[in-house]
Amino acid sequence: MTESTRRERMKMPRTAMPERDGRNRSTDFEEVNLGYTEQLAVLEASRCLQCARPVCVDGCPVGVRIGDFVAAVADRRFDDAALIVSEDNSLPAVCGRVCPQEHQCEGACVMGRRSSPIAIGHLERFVADRAAASSGRPSGSAPTGKTVAVVGSGPAGLACAADLARFGHQVTVYEALHQAGGVLVYGIPEYRLPKAVVAAEVAQLEHEGVRFEMNAPIGRAESVDDLLERHDAVFIGVGAGLPKFLDVAGENLVGVQSANEFLTRVNLMGANRPQAETPVLVGRRVAVIGGGNTALDAVRTAVRTGAESATVYYRRTEDEMPARTEEIRHAREEGVHFEFLLNPVAFGGETRVETMRLIRMRQTEPGDDGRRGVEPIDGSEVDVPVDTVVVAVGNAPNPMLSSTPGLRMSRWGTIVTDPDTGMTEKAGVFAGGDIVTGGATVILAMGAGRRAAKGIDGYLRTGAVAAASLD
Amino acid sequence: MWRQWGRTALLSRPDPADHDVVYAIQDARFIAPDVKRFRVDAPRVARYWKPGQFVIVRATDDGERIPLTVVEADPGAGTIDLIVQGVGKTTRTLNALTSGEWIHDVAGPLGSPSEIDDFGTTIVVGGGVGTAIVYPTARALARAANRVIAIVGARTADLLILVEELEAVADSVIVTTDDGTAGRSGFVTDALAEVISVEHVDRVIAIGPLQMMAAISQLTRPEAIPTIVSLNPIMVDGTGMCGGCRVSVGGETKFACVDGPEFDAHGVDFDLLRMRNATYCDFERRRLEELGST
Ligand SMILES: Cc1cc2nc3c(=O)[nH]c(=O)nc-3n(C[C@H](O)[C@H](O)[C@H](O)COP(=O)(O)OP(=O)(O)OC[C@H]3O[C@@H](n4cnc5c(N)ncnc54)[C@H](O)[C@@H]3O)c2cc1C
Ligand SMILES: Cc1cc2nc3c(=O)[nH]c(=O)nc-3n(C[C@H](O)[C@H](O)[C@H](O)COP(=O)(O)OP(=O)(O)OC[C@H]3O[C@@H](n4cnc5c(N)ncnc54)[C@H](O)[C@@H]3O)c2cc1C
Ligand code: SF4
Ligand code: SF4
Ligand code: FES
Repeated sequence: MTESTRRERMKMPRTAMPERDGRNRSTDFEEVNLGYTEQLAVLEASRCLQCARPVCVDGCPVGVRIGDFVAAVADRRFDDAALIVSEDNSLPAVCGRVCPQEHQCEGACVMGRRSSPIAIGHLERFVADRAAASSGRPSGSAPTGKTVAVVGSGPAGLACAADLARFGHQVTVYEALHQAGGVLVYGIPEYRLPKAVVAAEVAQLEHEGVRFEMNAPIGRAESVDDLLERHDAVFIGVGAGLPKFLDVAGENLVGVQSANEFLTRVNLMGANRPQAETPVLVGRRVAVIGGGNTALDAVRTAVRTGAESATVYYRRTEDEMPARTEEIRHAREEGVHFEFLLNPVAFGGETRVETMRLIRMRQTEPGDDGRRGVEPIDGSEVDVPVDTVVVAVGNAPNPMLSSTPGLRMSRWGTIVTDPDTGMTEKAGVFAGGDIVTGGATVILAMGAGRRAAKGIDGYLRTGAVAAASLD
Repeated sequence: MWRQWGRTALLSRPDPADHDVVYAIQDARFIAPDVKRFRVDAPRVARYWKPGQFVIVRATDDGERIPLTVVEADPGAGTIDLIVQGVGKTTRTLNALTSGEWIHDVAGPLGSPSEIDDFGTTIVVGGGVGTAIVYPTARALARAANRVIAIVGARTADLLILVEELEAVADSVIVTTDDGTAGRSGFVTDALAEVISVEHVDRVIAIGPLQMMAAISQLTRPEAIPTIVSLNPIMVDGTGMCGGCRVSVGGETKFACVDGPEFDAHGVDFDLLRMRNATYCDFERRRLEELGST
């Protein structure tokens, strides 16, 4: 690339994602981002400098060959682009939409320093959506006669199942709920990730011969050991779905609910539809506690289900919010209020929650990790009136398999595995995703599922490999 | 994944070609007014269920997820029995189903099994449809060599259920009705107080309306008789994921679907549970009225 083209490219502005107007969209669940057209995608792709050492790839947890797929888009070789992405990412239509790109690929992109980074997520989404409409995936190898059980159908389980099927193994996915997808269907709302995207992924897996058994809570129904009698290996991808609460007075009052409950009622059970049989409690004034994607999903869902005022209360400052930047911007456009450096200490009310007592926090000097902590300011309590409260302060590992004999659990309740293969201390049993890392991201769960698929494949082909010693 | 079958407007059938399991109703009959007993194909539940555990059911493709206790399971036939009291939209929709039809989803087994041991003299108390929930536990306790005294009560004779079944497993059965149309006149609590006053009791297991369980807990507390109740908070997933089913026991918050549903009665905050169970009552009334008007 000549120096003049380089300079020209650096002057091009980032191609905006067409999106629905904030006021229009805040009453329904249609997707907010509309997706690039071919023309916009090519325009954005042509900004990429095609760096000799593409640092963007270092930012992507699974190492998608970003430079190469973006070049393919710029050349209008869209099918090639899709193939390149799918080498490293088996859920690109999902990740393009929900990855925290600003902390990952786009955060690393060199263009970010001079102007604004290449819109890698938007391009990835474009490539995946376009491919879904035309071609399928590369075909798999000959059947091996081995069978594998995958427990949990979140991104970790789906990605693991996809690769195992491609390696020629017969896969059965066991899911406790009535629908496959994990957080992708019960947590992340439709306006951000249409269910059809996840359903297409599941349908594709079924087409490739993966079997799905719904309504199967492993650990209560068959145990992992029961599964090992029927299958040659087991992958555990049961996620971190156990909602944490604040442990403050009044937390069990009617109207105080976890984000998981609020979101599940709407996303999985469709409580937003007029004919829904599942109710959901919204109220006029909704307070959401937390600062991550879950909090943002809850507050924007509250706006869409009729809240007159919806406020996020976060105990740190905006800079520390773990939510995706795009989500914060979208929420503001939809009328969400943000209050920082405030933490609830009690809820009040007769039977229903009526007030929330908050204490003001102040930042402390950065610690060894460079992160500033917060501490409460004595005597700074304030009461605010609320009709409902949604608690979104994180999730702990799902407990239903924690007493499986032979599995080693950390003191946080996560399953201990060998990071390279996903193997646990129990022979033939692998694990990955949030159940291993604690609540993380879709792309990390997907990557863990794929690494485990490789680990399982090696285990099945080489015969009995001793269970990993994990010290 | 679930293809619409389109046979009735109410139900869509999971296509057997897509799925191995169709939760087909083998048998369904009313055993009391508004109380129906179902035998349903659910091989996984039938195989792994233990007394005290429940399933989460969706009647239709749009349906709400509601918990129902498994009364009996036949692992060989792959069937389970459920007893449903029609109190609202979902339970009444279920009770309109008959054999040859199917339930859209039956997930389970869920919850912790009842603690079964040789406790000695054990009294099981069932109030109304709670009798269905306590019956499998009573049977398991009898098999574990307990001396089982069953006390079952209902408002009136018509509403009594499972009396014969209990007579077959328990050492003795005491029946009470509020109006005296069968057995003794009065409440199950009266009968329980009487038994406690004349003999040593090692354990009480009481399942029924909240008010009844709270009253029994009051009754056994001064005697320090270990007492177990099965709580019925509102549930969504039944897997520990939503926290909607949280109850307070011994001052600690517990998730009834995974930590329970059975708990030490003397630690339960019954007022809190009553309050939380009324969360959606306006919505529930509306839905029921709509059902009535169609
Ligand atoms: C509201 C919300 C918003 C989020 N937003 C983002 C985002 O924007 N970007 C991002 O990258 N990440 C986001 N995350 C995090 C991300 O969704 C998770 O990190 C990811 O889904 C973890 O994948 P997983 O496959 O490990 O588990 P999960 O997605 O949790 O799936 C686990 C599955 O296992 C099932 N299961 C559990 N126990 C059993 C059992 N015993 N037997 C059978 N099945 C069982 C569960 O029902 C579930 O379907 C969000 C999370 C939440 C809750
Ligand atoms: C562990 C457990 C086991 C149960 N076993 C049985 C049984 O064997 N037979 C039986 O007839 N009933 C049983 N129930 C009660 C049954 O789940 C409720 O009657 C049913 O959910 C009511 O739903 P509905 O739509 O018909 O009525 P609604 O009009 O929706 O509600 C009526 C009342 O039922 C309760 N309820 C409503 N929705 C739920 C829900 N999703 N989960 C739990 N409770 C709810 C509320 O207190 C409400 O006031 C059990 C409940 C629990 C928690
Ligand atoms: S998978 Fe996520 S981090 Fe990686 S390139 Fe795609 S959007 Fe970026
Ligand atoms: S760092 Fe940015 S500009 Fe360089 S190759 Fe990656 S996406 Fe393109
Ligand atoms: S029903 Fe959701 S946690 Fe118990």
